[in-house]
Amino acid sequence: MISAAISPTSIRFDDIEKRYGGLYALRRVSLEIAAGECVVLAGRNGSGKTTLLRIAAQLVRPSAGKLTFPGAAGEARNGRSPNGSAATAYVAHATMVYDELTAEENLILFARLVGVAAPRQKVDALLAEVGLAARRDSLVRTFSRGMRQRMAIARALLREPSVLLLDEPATGLDVPATAWLAETLRRLRDAGCTMLMSLHGETEISSLATRGIRLDAGSVVADTQRGASFTSVLKFADAS
Amino acid sequence: MSVLSNTTALLGKELRTEFRSRELLTTTIVFILIVLVLFSFTFDPTAGESRRFGPGLLWLAFLFAASLMLQPCFLRELNNDTLSALRLSVSDPFAIFLAKLTANTIFLLLTELLLLPIFAILYNIPIAAVFGQLVLVFFLGSLGVATAGTALSAISAQARMRELMLPLLLLPLLTPVLVASTEVTIGLLDRQPFVQWKGVGFLAVFDIVFLTALWIFGEYLLEE
Repeated sequence: MISAAISPTSIRFDDIEKRYGGLYALRRVSLEIAAGECVVLAGRNGSGKTTLLRIAAQLVRPSAGKLTFPGAAGEARNGRSPNGSAATAYVAHATMVYDELTAEENLILFARLVGVAAPRQKVDALLAEVGLAARRDSLVRTFSRGMRQRMAIARALLREPSVLLLDEPATGLDVPATAWLAETLRRLRDAGCTMLMSLHGETEISSLATRGIRLDAGSVVADTQRGASFTSVLKFADAS
Repeated sequence: MSVLSNTTALLGKELRTEFRSRELLTTTIVFILIVLVLFSFTFDPTAGESRRFGPGLLWLAFLFAASLMLQPCFLRELNNDTLSALRLSVSDPFAIFLAKLTANTIFLLLTELLLLPIFAILYNIPIAAVFGQLVLVFFLGSLGVATAGTALSAISAQARMRELMLPLLLLPLLTPVLVASTEVTIGLLDRQPFVQWKGVGFLAVFDIVFLTALWIFGEYLLEE
């Protein structure tokens, strides 16, 4: 069932290329991710997964090609959708939170920036959900890698995103935290959130995927929608 | 969310972070204090020489201290990729610049106002009668330094040799601000103080032009 808060949004990459000097990070990638799909990106290190996610987040402008969000309020313009990129949430390699602020201060800051109606209540609920309520007044720089990752996920979930981009989201998480993340992503997927995530190998989280795509040297080399099996897409990455 | 509410939230973060660590304020205050004390002891200027050279020295010290203060402005945001989080969260990237340049202006102004009485004592220049006008010049000058400096900090943070890049770009660009601020300050510290409105007007125009440019082109400065 699609939640009233999540508007179904698909992502379309048309001949996307990204070059850093003479180095191609992505080569003519064309993909259509349907609204509500949960797509796993697999591939060796340097295959272009993070670049594709950052282009989808509109943090990186492609060297060529076009990114659009059919179903959103309008088409992408100057690298940004006209309704802003606030409905897109991104969990990156880096935690994207401030070490010198407390857990609560970080989440309240971002809640205010994205316009959460009752930031304090939302932050209280999220801190409890990610198991950091007892450390709400601690500076993030005192947190372990796993706790920081939970902060990163909490920041991304401050408001129900219609597009969720995750770059190896289980990094640093222990078994219960990974199970919590898998359950949270399952709920979001079932609510109609479009998800694109990079993973290494088969995990509890990869089992949520409705589609798998393998990248190699910046190109799409396998897609379960075009006949590839999930095992071949994920195992290949596992072997790297 | 409006630019104003985003700016307020981000400004709160900037102030909270700085007043918690006091890194930038301490560095800037100590640097300017050392310059003023060393110059005073080395040259032992007369009252006339102080009136003539003091304002230039003061503004040069402010400018070099500002380049130290502005260096970490965007570098800090690269540590945990928080700049990306901000770009994804704000409705208009100008809010990021507006918050940072407002914070930098406040820090600079605070430093200047703290050190002005020390300058007056060391160089034996009375400032009480023109304090209000001095605050106006310091505000306009600091706003110009902070606006141009914040923009260049965003550019240099993503460049190689970033520590060298910022002063190399900033100091030549701010020469007109340095000259205008110094001239207005010389007028105010004269035996018969007067306001050089031409200089004040120039500083105001510089600030408006750079603020407008930042508003129009700011988004491009944040792109990877």
